[in-house]
Amino acid sequence: MRWINRHPGRALALFLTVVPFVLVLLAYALGSEARRAVNPADKLLPAPAQIAETAVRLVTEPDRRSGVILVWQDTAASLRRLALGVGIGAGLGLVFGLVIGLLPLARTGLAGFVAVLSMIPPLAILPILFIVFGLGELSKVALIAIGITPFLIRDLSARTAELPFEQLVKAQTLGASSLAIGLRVALPQIMPRLIQAVRLSLGPAWLFLIAAEAIASQDGLGYRIFLVRRYLAMDVILTYVIWITVIAFTLDWLLARLSRRLYPWAEVR
Amino acid sequence: MAFVTVDNIFQSYGKRPILERVSITVDEGAFISIVGASGCGKSTFLRLLLDQERPTRGQITVDGEPLTGEPNRSRGIVFQRYSVFPHMTVRDNLVAAEALGANLFGILPSAKRREVRERAMRALDRIGLAHVAHQYPASLSGGMQQRLAIAQALAAKPRILLLDEPFGALDPGTRERMHEFLLDLRAETKMTVFMVTHDLPEAFKLGDRVLAFDKIRWDPHDPEAYGATITYDFDARDGGIPYQRIKEETHVLDPPREKPLASSG
Repeated sequence: MRWINRHPGRALALFLTVVPFVLVLLAYALGSEARRAVNPADKLLPAPAQIAETAVRLVTEPDRRSGVILVWQDTAASLRRLALGVGIGAGLGLVFGLVIGLLPLARTGLAGFVAVLSMIPPLAILPILFIVFGLGELSKVALIAIGITPFLIRDLSARTAELPFEQLVKAQTLGASSLAIGLRVALPQIMPRLIQAVRLSLGPAWLFLIAAEAIASQDGLGYRIFLVRRYLAMDVILTYVIWITVIAFTLDWLLARLSRRLYPWAEVR
Repeated sequence: MAFVTVDNIFQSYGKRPILERVSITVDEGAFISIVGASGCGKSTFLRLLLDQERPTRGQITVDGEPLTGEPNRSRGIVFQRYSVFPHMTVRDNLVAAEALGANLFGILPSAKRREVRERAMRALDRIGLAHVAHQYPASLSGGMQQRLAIAQALAAKPRILLLDEPFGALDPGTRERMHEFLLDLRAETKMTVFMVTHDLPEAFKLGDRVLAFDKIRWDPHDPEAYGATITYDFDARDGGIPYQRIKEETHVLDPPREKPLASSG
């Protein structure tokens, strides 16, 4: 039988899914073991048990100086920035995407401009943002928004332009104005695409968030990681990295569920 | 008086002529079938009637008025595919036929919403789609989708219905039933219908007149040098058998108004 026709059964599928995770954990455990056998005080690859211990300490014990549990404070600060930045980016992407996708006049005027804008590396203009907006929240939110908006506009305008012209003609024969076509025909069909595009841009959004927090911040997940780097506190860093991964994965999963829930018609095609 | 008048139309895309010297008059309430080989301008002719495209030369008038430059409610359309809105339920597709043009936003005022929904449900009942009213079109069979598309086009009460190979993707049995459905609707509404089809029996069965599009000039070294025009205009009433009526109306191909051009464009 050809390899392209071989499909795993249930048990094999579960096994194959778990294998890469187990292998990575195993490799880490062995590496850690080997290093600590040479130097019991090794800080680079702390034992899994020690990481778990640190994780429990981080989420239960309040900070001695401020009296708050830092993980939650960092998480709240980071998620707020992420939500604001991605929210603004998604809003701009949706509006400009629809307008560019639907109106030939807007497409002629803006498509080339957006294509050029999207080539500017966002991190390169981070200093400008710090200079213009100061070191506060605004510059971090702005970096995330600026970082993902051009991609969202380009993706959504392309999706809008892909709508079958038959639908647009049909809507016109039913007497719809341009606005009505935008709101009732294009917008609902673009919403699942928006969620999909936001899911894809969450990766870059985290990158910009952590970069901005690492450079200038007083709290946030990225700030904490870069702070404890000075003490080589690998257990704290790894705990935070795992926590960020869990949050990012959950967000992605929630968005996928939201899309299926709100736009069931987009699934059957 | 003629309802639709097509006066000496030329259409070309870039340098490539598609249609040349197309002239025809159609009475209100007539059913016109349009046949011809692929790429001979049938669909282009339909798009011109829809006003989705403007002819390079010539003019189309409906009820004495020239077309305005974009599709509107006076002409409904059903395509072979993508004619219904995939994000609306079957019922809402019919509601949208009235809602989209209701105001600038395409949203019905809440006072009228109930009434329009009930009307949509009655229409679905009649076309046998009431049991799937709350499903999305993607879960419907091809025949059901086209029935919905036709009902949606008719809900806007157009004076002219344009059908672009509406039954091309259906199996023969479903196609038969769609013919009956369309003939019933037509007897009821007395609309003018233009239907493009590849199926000759279908064209003769449904149409009062059958127009054949073809190229009358052909350059074997440059097959795209000339456009197509109406080459035959059959009387398809009474099963296509002429002289069944006391006073016979004959449709004769309009005599060319100009000398044939050396090249068109």
